[in-house]
Amino acid sequence: MRYDQARWADEDRYEPLLIEKRSETVEIDDAPLPEELTRDELTMAAPAEPELARHYTRLSQETYGVDSGPFPLGSCTMKYNPALLERVASDENAAVHPDRPDESVQGTLEVMATLQEWLGRIGGMDAVTLQPPAGAAGEYTGLLITRAYHEQRGEDRTEVVVPDSAHGTNFASAAMAGFDVVELPSGDDGRVNLEALEAAVGEETAALMLTNPNTLGLFERDIETVTEVVHDAGGLVYYDGANLNALLGQARPGDMGFDVMHYNVHKTFATPHGGGGPGAGPVGVREDLAPYLPAPHVRETDGGTYERYEPAHSIGKVHGFEGNWLVLLKAYAYIRRLGDEGLADASAKAVLNANYLAERIDFEVPYGPFHHEFVASAGDRDAADVAKHMLDHGVHPPTTKWPELVEEALMVEPTEAESRETLDLLVAAFDAAGDADADALESAPHRTTASRIDQVAAARSPRLSWRALDDGGSRTDP
Amino acid sequence: MTGTREGSPYAPHTDAETRAMLETVGADDVDELFDIPEAVQFDRAFGIEARDDAGTAREIAGTLAENDDMTSFLGRGHYVHHVPAVVDRLSSRSEFLTSYTQYQPEIAQGFLQALFEYQSMLVDLTGLPVANASMYDHATALGEAATLAARVRSTSGSRVLVPELLPLRRRSVLENYAEGADLTVESYPTDDGNADLDALTSMVDSDTLMVYAENPTVRGTIEERLSAVGDLAADSEALFCLGTDPVALSLLETPASVGADVVVGDAGTLGLGHAHGMGHGLFVTREQFLRQVPGRLVGAGTDERGRRAYTLTLQTREQHIRRERATSNICTNQAWVALRTAIHLAWLGPDGLLELAERAVRDARTLASRVDDIDGVRAPVHDRHHFREFLAATDRPAPEIRDALLDRGYAVHAVDDHRLQLCVTDANEHATDGLVAALSEVA
Repeated sequence: MRYDQARWADEDRYEPLLIEKRSETVEIDDAPLPEELTRDELTMAAPAEPELARHYTRLSQETYGVDSGPFPLGSCTMKYNPALLERVASDENAAVHPDRPDESVQGTLEVMATLQEWLGRIGGMDAVTLQPPAGAAGEYTGLLITRAYHEQRGEDRTEVVVPDSAHGTNFASAAMAGFDVVELPSGDDGRVNLEALEAAVGEETAALMLTNPNTLGLFERDIETVTEVVHDAGGLVYYDGANLNALLGQARPGDMGFDVMHYNVHKTFATPHGGGGPGAGPVGVREDLAPYLPAPHVRETDGGTYERYEPAHSIGKVHGFEGNWLVLLKAYAYIRRLGDEGLADASAKAVLNANYLAERIDFEVPYGPFHHEFVASAGDRDAADVAKHMLDHGVHPPTTKWPELVEEALMVEPTEAESRETLDLLVAAFDAAGDADADALESAPHRTTASRIDQVAAARSPRLSWRALDDGGSRTDP
Repeated sequence: MTGTREGSPYAPHTDAETRAMLETVGADDVDELFDIPEAVQFDRAFGIEARDDAGTAREIAGTLAENDDMTSFLGRGHYVHHVPAVVDRLSSRSEFLTSYTQYQPEIAQGFLQALFEYQSMLVDLTGLPVANASMYDHATALGEAATLAARVRSTSGSRVLVPELLPLRRRSVLENYAEGADLTVESYPTDDGNADLDALTSMVDSDTLMVYAENPTVRGTIEERLSAVGDLAADSEALFCLGTDPVALSLLETPASVGADVVVGDAGTLGLGHAHGMGHGLFVTREQFLRQVPGRLVGAGTDERGRRAYTLTLQTREQHIRRERATSNICTNQAWVALRTAIHLAWLGPDGLLELAERAVRDARTLASRVDDIDGVRAPVHDRHHFREFLAATDRPAPEIRDALLDRGYAVHAVDDHRLQLCVTDANEHATDGLVAALSEVA
């Protein structure tokens, strides 16, 4: 069964912009404020509700989500988002102002405290903050904790070691937190090279950032030695939780010697990605790092009530309030729904699916064995062209051209939510791209809303609002 | 797929399918596929008991029901307006909700267009040409503005000047961003709730990187001399960053007209509702800073059919390409909240939006006047124009009054020993009679 995407076309464009359908300009002349404090006029789109409903319904039909079909985007864990989570998050009692006093929001605080506890058990961590609003924000938070920890001990450590195969966010988060980045080359087997690691760490090392399994889907078998080498040098080991879906119930970062980690609840715990967010990036730490967690933190009192407090050496805040609460609530519902067996089974099926797919496709898959994702090579084909060709088969393609360790990389993560039938559909899409000639690859896609978009041209002359369009106004100051 | 099934209810595999797939990969058991050294294996015993679908929903509803039922007149940086039902219905369409960052634009045109429209609305509201749809919230957007200033600075300045009334939590986030970029944050005094221009003038020097002001302020006052702040920053080649929100932007003088270089704030004020502080950061700036903007940008281009199409653009600024030299570490952000804000803005249209903003002025004025009539209470404390919220001085200790109001079902801020802060919008205006009556009893 092949998916074709909707295409709402109007002459030289697809679904028009709202502003092109109907707009209004309102003069501001009888405001309850002196004229010099107000603007002169306001121009905006002004659709009636029925027009609005059709516009956004059409836009949704021009958008591909997990409910549309398979979405094996490597490292992103695009698993099915249970409908139950949406119902839970729409509870009226979940909608509270963050400044409500603790005694009036005991339900909210109980959910937060329990989620902190559960995430700690899942990661093998002693304390967890829910405040970071995304995975990268979690990395940044973990590095601020690392910085504060070393400072408190009177140590000036300025470097963070990151493997060359790591997510780009690791590098960027380290730089944001004020560290210098030391890149660690991977070994021939795609894993951490212990000699290179020994050479990279030293008195300047604040932390090593690592995900396990790594972005090639490979478990770092020497993980205990890796963490020992870093600890011996006085550094902390940070776990990038992006690949945690491979390990639920099978292994825990804390048991491997990781000191700090983040959880991508929108990945591992199935809260929807929402077109790019919101997610949430709780951070777990070992016991002696708990005093550095962001404020406020939530705890249960001796009297069985819940309260917010500021940890002794808190790094302060990484979000204006307490993070993306509704996303956290959905993660709580997911974990409760699955329990021990369900969580472990999710990882087992995710790993089975990845291995099945890696076995079935004709592309070369270097390294191995794999956990929940793998990286295939498009070889002499352009991985981006392969992806565009796959779009015509009604599936979302893998992540392309990353990690760079593999030539023309296609990074595939099917997740546990796909049936064998759907995985076979993906195999067919891979095979068709593998068999296609150069013309067919370069001209794809044809069955999507838009045909191939010239992204280079779009970047060369950026048009970022309706006023910047040729028919809408000048490109510069509106 | 009922609650009694073992394992994940969201994995579709039957036992027969699992066996067939294992045969394909040459394993007898799924456990064989895990390449984990024995020493670090875990036995799945988290001690988290599973619930079925109904049981999970019932249990969570029961826990959340422990929250007291009350009407909030809280503001101070987290504002709520009534969210029209159509926002819930349209944003909950699963194609939007379950999609990802738009790395394959041909199959993501709808969400890309929605974000392009969001950017367009912010351009209309601010008068500045470059809006992203990518910040977590007001506080983190302010932090990103400071690091943008550090990247584009033409002076060697490192001081970020902020009003002394900046909420502490917003300042704490800013300080974390500032420390990583070797910047320092200092407060400038305020006068009757607004920026003290004379004091600020004496503080701005060649070491000043950015001057930050908010309109309205955290006390709900409307700044009256923002152009002068803008001139002051420009004269010393510092960036002028303005904090605000989309409702205020529809009525108050535009950031472009007062010389703002960057606009930050909370866009989730429209479209999101109360969510325990969850939000979506505004970030709008000048064209000259385009290539230093943090986060995701959506641009219009053309496809091979020659039709207008949308795509993520200028990605060479972003972490997945530029790594440690990226303009920020943003990856997952708040795209779905931007979608909700855009739908809410479009539903209001310019008339509805302006009416909402004018009500924010009128309703605060009316409530302040009614509260002022109560013995032992004087409001507003500041002799200023107000937007949504204001301070009220109390004879009785403010924390006692707050607690007594809590018992009567109303949440208000006690900002210090003898001052309350009250915030009114279209979402709680219906309850002001009750609040005034309760305050009359307890003040």
